[in-house]
Amino acid sequence: MRVRFGEDAAVYAGGTELLLAMKLGVARWPHLIDVKPIASLRGITVSDGVLRIGATVTHWDLERDATVARVLPGLAAVERNVANIRVRAAGTLAGNLAFAEPHADPPSFLSALGARIVVHGPRGARTVPIEEFIVGMYATSLAGDEIVGAIEIPVPKAGTRTSYVKFQILERPSVGVAIACELRDGRFAAAPAVVVGAADEVPRRVETAELAGASARDARTADALAEAARAAVEPADDLAGSAEYKRHLVGVFARRALGALLAEAA
Amino acid sequence: MARRAISFRLNGTEREVEIEDQVLLLDMVRGLGFVGAKLSCDMQVCGACTMLLDGRPVSACTTLALEADGRAVETVEGLADGPALHPLQRAFIDHFAFQCGYCTPGMIIAAKALLDERPHPSAEDVRRWMEGNICRCTGYQTIVDAVLAAAGQGTDTR
Repeated sequence: MRVRFGEDAAVYAGGTELLLAMKLGVARWPHLIDVKPIASLRGITVSDGVLRIGATVTHWDLERDATVARVLPGLAAVERNVANIRVRAAGTLAGNLAFAEPHADPPSFLSALGARIVVHGPRGARTVPIEEFIVGMYATSLAGDEIVGAIEIPVPKAGTRTSYVKFQILERPSVGVAIACELRDGRFAAAPAVVVGAADEVPRRVETAELAGASARDARTADALAEAARAAVEPADDLAGSAEYKRHLVGVFARRALGALLAEAA
Repeated sequence: MARRAISFRLNGTEREVEIEDQVLLLDMVRGLGFVGAKLSCDMQVCGACTMLLDGRPVSACTTLALEADGRAVETVEGLADGPALHPLQRAFIDHFAFQCGYCTPGMIIAAKALLDERPHPSAEDVRRWMEGNICRCTGYQTIVDAVLAAAGQGTDTR
């Protein structure tokens, strides 16, 4: 149907972003293609060390899923704080990514975990790293004849810790910071994966190479992380705040994300 | 615009309705005379239009009526059993959990979804669950108290 209708149709699942855009008149499509009846787009499974989340899985499902709670509880924690109960009950994770709204929680967290998007189209399936899927504000690399099939997240190895903290005054986050890393004797086993979300047009990965092996509780580590996080973003002025203010928040929340990670580490 | 016949259960009663594709759940249900759920923000933020779709809360202002096909829709009108109010309705009155009342049907139906899933929530559970339902009158504490009271949790939770 994507091939048949081309740009005249939008893929529809939860509708929490799409219907809003249509009601506001910023987007119009003569046809909506409801993908919820497609069985192969459902389900949350783990195999070969990869958590696979079907495209029609909602935030609500992810909050409550026993598999997610077991292999990636940090994701359940992120999902529990997306928007409100109604948006979570209807909205899908895949839809959240495909809409590429910059002020969103999951993209930065998924990026820190090395998530990939499985895309289906007339030429078959392809798998795209999330950084190559979300390419700009409301822009993805999804072609007009393609749909998202699933999100794949490598299950973190035992000992990996994750955290996600955000600052939010409106319906959507102003700034979010995600960290995934392994701590060994209080030190980063490798460069921690740190991604800043919402502040910039797309999630921005923080340059952390120099933190490999650093003591996670050292004040200098927090200073370096905050500085690197501030340097990673190019915020714009918007309703969530001025660019200067948001860059400041990024530094503050990078420190808090580290603090949350260490609190979890206990 | 295409018209389609859909059938769904509204507060326990089977309904068959013919609607145009673009009709929203809120408009369809209010058009059937069930005007408890209200239009307010029109963008899924305030919760005044909350209904349950197969037990899950949705913003009826931003849900296609077609989504109801083959499913169960619950609104505040379905809660009372004749003159006997639902415990949540009783508790909202007892705890003065509304003033103007505009948000109340959405508040109560959202709280019902919580108690259906978690019959004995903590005060923190209630606050987190209800944070997407906005009230401009009460200051919320009485609403949290009412939901906890309806769950049999007493009122002094601060």
